[in-house]
Amino acid sequence: MIEVKSLSKKYGNFLAVDNISFSIKKGEVVGFLGPNGAGKSTVMNIITGYLSYTKGKVTVDGIDIIENPEAAKRRIGYLPEMPPLYTDMNVKEYLYFVYDLKKVKFPKIAHINEIMRLVKIADVSNRLIKNLSKGYRQRVGFAAALVGNPDVLILDEPTVGLDPKQIIDIRNLIAKLGKNHTVILSSHILSEIQAVCERVIIINRGQIIADDTPEDLAIKLSGGNTVEVRIICDEESMIKTLSSIADVESVISLGKKEKDAYDFSIVPKDKKDIRAAIAAKVSESGKTLLSMSSGGMSLEQVFLRLTEAGDGDAVRKLLGEVKEDFEPAEEAANEDEEIKTEQTAEKEGEE
Amino acid sequence: MVAIFKREFKSYFKTPIGYIFLALYYFFFGWFFSRLYEAGSPELPSLIVSMALIATFTLPIITMRLLSDDRRQRIDQIIFTSPVRLSGVVLGKFLAAFCVYAIGFAPTVIYEIIIASNIKVNVFSYLYALLGMFLLGAALISIGLFISSLTESPSMAAMITLVVNFIVIFMTDIANYVRIGWISKICYKIAFVSVVNSFGKMVLSIPDIIYFLSISAAFLFLTVRSLEKKRWA
Repeated sequence: MIEVKSLSKKYGNFLAVDNISFSIKKGEVVGFLGPNGAGKSTVMNIITGYLSYTKGKVTVDGIDIIENPEAAKRRIGYLPEMPPLYTDMNVKEYLYFVYDLKKVKFPKIAHINEIMRLVKIADVSNRLIKNLSKGYRQRVGFAAALVGNPDVLILDEPTVGLDPKQIIDIRNLIAKLGKNHTVILSSHILSEIQAVCERVIIINRGQIIADDTPEDLAIKLSGGNTVEVRIICDEESMIKTLSSIADVESVISLGKKEKDAYDFSIVPKDKKDIRAAIAAKVSESGKTLLSMSSGGMSLEQVFLRLTEAGDGDAVRKLLGEVKEDFEPAEEAANEDEEIKTEQTAEKEGEE
Repeated sequence: MVAIFKREFKSYFKTPIGYIFLALYYFFFGWFFSRLYEAGSPELPSLIVSMALIATFTLPIITMRLLSDDRRQRIDQIIFTSPVRLSGVVLGKFLAAFCVYAIGFAPTVIYEIIIASNIKVNVFSYLYALLGMFLLGAALISIGLFISSLTESPSMAAMITLVVNFIVIFMTDIANYVRIGWISKICYKIAFVSVVNSFGKMVLSIPDIIYFLSISAAFLFLTVRSLEKKRWA
């Protein structure tokens, strides 16, 4: 549905988007994740035709956004970071304006009423937008994106600045819309992406540094099935005891966390599930197991680890340590990327 | 284009801007007309073109926020991501401002009727003066629109537009200062005030009409280019 090929965007000398490629299939719900200034909004602005790019190609439903902007824009509903609203209009008036602007063919009043019901703003339809709270404004912006029922929804941080109840509302709405729309969603609320998206693209410094399902990404980075336990025991002897379990690769003590109790992080061989074996071993040795948790990384940790690693090369290395054949955006690998990976390989060789 | 026009035109009357603008016109028209009428020589065409000065002062008020405000408030994101052409957006905004300006000349219809009830009038000269002012307005509005597209601050746009309007209107005064013959000659010819005055004298001049029309077209085109350029920046 959306095809982005080696896209670059320069602001003066600043390279905001650096050779990004990805494709999104019809009906996918994809999360854009990245720290502030990573280039998320720029990419979204380019896909929606608000900004032009320096190099590359963007097609929506096979239509080039530069060559045939009107047809492409017709297929997109966009909710920018700051919802673009005429604050001197009331909600209904504004949505009628958007309806006219987008040259929608559906019956006007019924269509707008349906949208207002969907995003729950029918009760404020006659209020001036400038008198609305942030949450309502966000929903009006959302409603504007839905006018004309476009196939693709591009939502730039749709829940920023909302209260928890509103966040849940919007999130449910996105999940509902995700069933029959292609959705790109950017956020730095990671749980949101984990909850709504089936695929996450992590962007940092204008480059895609990871492109995978949230679960796979966590597994790849965490080393898989790491277990954290808290045991009342003697530290040294317990490390030996735990290390003697058949499928344990390594045991690291995390120090004393409670009176007489120590925490250990246990990495299994070949990502095996070793929880039962650990429990058995601990009780066999006559010690008390206080807690056990799967130490898999949350998306939050994945995100921090990836973005802190810095540029794409470093991250690829990071991911490479875990799984050799993983390479972000591999379908889109073009010459430039091949050169980069070669360089990475060389660096790794040197090290 | 129609959506943009409707929205902009309505917005003039949601804020005091539209009312203040029209009030100024009606005030000055009323004042000038009553004085002329008392003096017994109501020459409507010259009265109409004398409004050029008022237009110079007031048009920046209605053009200042046309594009600058959209950009400042990021409303341009909904407009430029909708399936509309830039030229349609620019034309819609231009027409909205132009219609408000044109409404400012509504009282002259009444004045013409009042005068016609007393003496025999030449309706053509009235209409021709009106045409002159509309053309002047179109030129000044498109200049204002272009300047509004260059900045994000409406007050900045208004200030720059005011300065530019003064220069184009009163180029004759510049001409007086410049002592080089051919330059002052050109200044005299292209000064908006001398062009619009010829409309008041009922001298039908096709070049004058074309002059204003081409200035309007040029600045509307430049406005579209300026918006286009922002996307590539």
